[in-house]
Amino acid sequence: MTNSWTDIKNADVVLIMGGNAAEAHPCGFKWVTEAKHHNNAKLVVVDPRFTRSAAVSDFYCPIRAGTDTAFLLGVINHLLSTDKYHKAYVEQFTNASYLVREGYEFKPEDGLFSGYDAAKRTYDRGTWDYEMGADGFPVRDETLQNPRSVFQQLKKHVSRYTPEMVERITGSPKDKFLKVCDYIASTGNGERSMTIMYALGWTQHSYGSQTIRTAAMIQLLLGNMGMPGGGVNALRGHSNVQGLTDIGILSNSTPGYLVLPTEREVTFDAYMGNRDFRPLQPGQISFWQNYKKFFVSFLKSMYGSAATAENAFGFDYLPKYDGQYDVIRHFELMHQGKINGYVCQGFNPLMSAPNKSKMTAALSKLKFLVTIDPLETETSRFWERKGEANPVDPSKIQTEVFMLPSTCFAEDEGTFTNSSRTLNWRWKAADAPGQARTDIDIMADLFNRLRAAYQKDGGKGAAPVLATAWQYKDPKHPTADELLREINGRALVDLKDATDPTKVLLPAGHQLASFAQMRDDGSTEGACWIYTGSYTQAGNLTARRNNADPSGLGIHPQWGFAWPANRRILYNRASADADGKPWSERKKYMVWDGSKWAGPDVPDYPPALAPDKKAGPYIMNPEGVSRLWVRRTMADGPFPEHYEPFESPVENALHPKTSASPVARVFKGDLEVFGKAKDFPYVATSYRLVEHFHWWTKSVKLNAIVQPEFFVEISPELASEKKITNGQWVKVSSNRGSVKGKAVVTKRIPTLTIDGKKVHTVGLPIHFGFVGETKTAIGVNALTPVVGDANTQTPEYKAFLVDIEPISNPVA
Amino acid sequence: MNMQFSRRQFLKGTGAGVAGTALGAFGFGDAEVALAQAARPFKLEKATETRNTCPYCSVSCGMIMYSRGDVKKGEKAKVFHVEGDVDNPVNRGTLCPKGSGVLDFINSKQRITQPMHRKPGSDKFEPVSWDFAMDRIAKLMKEDRDANFVEKNGDGVTVNRWPTVGFLAGCASSNEPGWLTYKVTRSLGILAVDNQARI
Repeated sequence: MTNSWTDIKNADVVLIMGGNAAEAHPCGFKWVTEAKHHNNAKLVVVDPRFTRSAAVSDFYCPIRAGTDTAFLLGVINHLLSTDKYHKAYVEQFTNASYLVREGYEFKPEDGLFSGYDAAKRTYDRGTWDYEMGADGFPVRDETLQNPRSVFQQLKKHVSRYTPEMVERITGSPKDKFLKVCDYIASTGNGERSMTIMYALGWTQHSYGSQTIRTAAMIQLLLGNMGMPGGGVNALRGHSNVQGLTDIGILSNSTPGYLVLPTEREVTFDAYMGNRDFRPLQPGQISFWQNYKKFFVSFLKSMYGSAATAENAFGFDYLPKYDGQYDVIRHFELMHQGKINGYVCQGFNPLMSAPNKSKMTAALSKLKFLVTIDPLETETSRFWERKGEANPVDPSKIQTEVFMLPSTCFAEDEGTFTNSSRTLNWRWKAADAPGQARTDIDIMADLFNRLRAAYQKDGGKGAAPVLATAWQYKDPKHPTADELLREINGRALVDLKDATDPTKVLLPAGHQLASFAQMRDDGSTEGACWIYTGSYTQAGNLTARRNNADPSGLGIHPQWGFAWPANRRILYNRASADADGKPWSERKKYMVWDGSKWAGPDVPDYPPALAPDKKAGPYIMNPEGVSRLWVRRTMADGPFPEHYEPFESPVENALHPKTSASPVARVFKGDLEVFGKAKDFPYVATSYRLVEHFHWWTKSVKLNAIVQPEFFVEISPELASEKKITNGQWVKVSSNRGSVKGKAVVTKRIPTLTIDGKKVHTVGLPIHFGFVGETKTAIGVNALTPVVGDANTQTPEYKAFLVDIEPISNPVA
Repeated sequence: MNMQFSRRQFLKGTGAGVAGTALGAFGFGDAEVALAQAARPFKLEKATETRNTCPYCSVSCGMIMYSRGDVKKGEKAKVFHVEGDVDNPVNRGTLCPKGSGVLDFINSKQRITQPMHRKPGSDKFEPVSWDFAMDRIAKLMKEDRDANFVEKNGDGVTVNRWPTVGFLAGCASSNEPGWLTYKVTRSLGILAVDNQARI
């Protein structure tokens, strides 16, 4: 979230799309209710299903699953063609005035940007750049009239997304689409703000990153970024998925959104050389210029005294990647028999990875599998025969399996980072059952055994293992308190004032107060720079429980710690105009008071930098402004474009030659099992229910009682076409597998008209499997396709093709 | 409920004279005092309260865990009731249908209580000791790492990667084990490290 749960109450319009907060995040949704009741906010829901979020909305618009980008590009077309955007914000705080270089183009009939290589299914991004001036800075046209300006390029790009075209692609009736546009456009003035709330309904597509980008562009055009009640707000799906991502647990990450080096970056200097953060306009802050300070401090936390200036702080110890190692590719490698061992710590990929039968085959090729979980999972029992829910022969599976019991949340302590980026400490309440151990103790035990083996017997790659810093008081049992201190970081020597060396800014051994104290000479350590400030000399700030909200805007500055720097709304400098004055009294937030930035939050800007210095509010970007068009950072284009899901009932109405994403990665074997609309005519989409959480609560009695079995939701029209009655058993099949369950015939699933053709949707709740208290089910991922987002490799679970047929009820 | 108490009997019976007097001082009549005093003592009165956070979605609802026993005092503790934390500014005391059931998660029949081992080709899990499990896992890992670890690539560049083992870290883990997991996996050279951000 750029904003926070409690900030939603400041919104005037709430757009929920690609998510269903009322059911998936019920206690966060209360802030939508708060906005409606106390701020007269209007809730607009756009969704393939009439969800419970839709049920309490002021306006609901149906949409075909998988077409959100087209819908949102249509909104941009509406805002630009009817002049309903925030002009000053766009002129001053976005790159609308920047010129793009000659050679960059988008070919609308092909659906491709310049530089496409069909053989490699990738773009040469060389032309995706600004026109550079003689002064080395991009050329700008502040009138926004130059046809090569980002603004004019955007206008041209979205002009194809007329309300008629939007209706043709998405099935959203034109009048309803325009009504949604009106709600959205009502906030493009600095007087009112709109928040956008989304979840995996936007991410789980082969073009999900671009959908979210389109939403961000809308918010920039309306001036809703950095504003109370504004922002682009990802509702994360797990209690600490925000935290584990922040801490770097993604294949190519290091903590704090730094990047793991590739093998082409042969030295630390070469690695840093690829990170050019020089400002692209005079006087810009371009905060990533501090990258090296954060990276060296991270290396010091990894390797301690073994990280020295002489060995580039242990840069060589880090693994260097040679290709993609995301879960989808890794399961592909496992399926090819190239992976020998796998550890699942609180993770159930047999249910959550795409194409279950491929997953079973892949796990069966492992030499060993370790699961670490408080609960039994399908993954830990993948080798066990469970009728058609898990039709395997154990005697043929040679994988050695360990199922290790871990503590659950009630039995350990530490911090979760919620969607609002707030770290909250939680305390241990109970003892673990039986012999269950904490994840910390299990990881420490594993590491200590391996390190001892390398110390004793040596072996390949012993050096990085032996160099790893392990200065915990009890090496077998590091404490959560110690680890959070390490994440925050400390001074390793007395940190002296650069201008006055007699002055010690921070004595050796003291916890860092902020990442601004980090240095690139090895004199500071700190594992995750964005968490620095969470555990200072003042103590553990994540344990703060003062819920005061002095401004009344839902800021709660002394409740836990929000990263970065305890900032509750990101980009908040943009809540004031170029002169530092609020855009309106109603939305006043951070303002220049003549000597500093003042307001209820920590400014996202140097606190005493005056507006007349002309540094832009988007301090992380070298431009100093936000980007409506990006240079080379997205794999699939500088602008978003509508592509169909890999399995779609229709061809792409704009460019049938390039129907699906031209760059999303598809492995051989997965390509062959994509289904065709003639065999699998219905759009399937998967989702959560209010009574369940992922695949955990099927092992929780109360939840299993209230929602005991898998079911399939279809419309009355489809039911009558297929002669399916409410409560009857159905079989739903894709080209990869099938599932069985009771049909729920409901008007909640609308039937849409797409390009003159009736398209039905089949709704599939995800929560069921063959372990737990709920009735045994095959699992929805028996159906899902193996293809991920072109940028993030998030699998396409939210739009694929199935067929459905009635079957006789099972014998009780 | 049929309660025919005299005030004297009641005070004598409960030994709660002070409370009774206080209630009287608030202007409650004898009948109300009698009723209040006859109520069972509040069940949570003797419980230890611990602040925790719901482990499910990312709202991070504050929870108050009520336990018998207090782990801070070194006592054995078992949670018997969970409520929303009214002080938490986000959930303000509420819990959803998922969070309301966490007590049954803590006490789930599917909780694992000891390390289990399944031999290749076997159709069952067998209980083993932690020492056996961790020793065997470390042995399997070292064997595989010694066989497949890549110190330098074909160009002689130090790459320190272990391509044949992967690790998925769960997002109900706190940041602290998350960081330790990061440290251990990267120190071993594992590149295939992921969390639930994708799935």
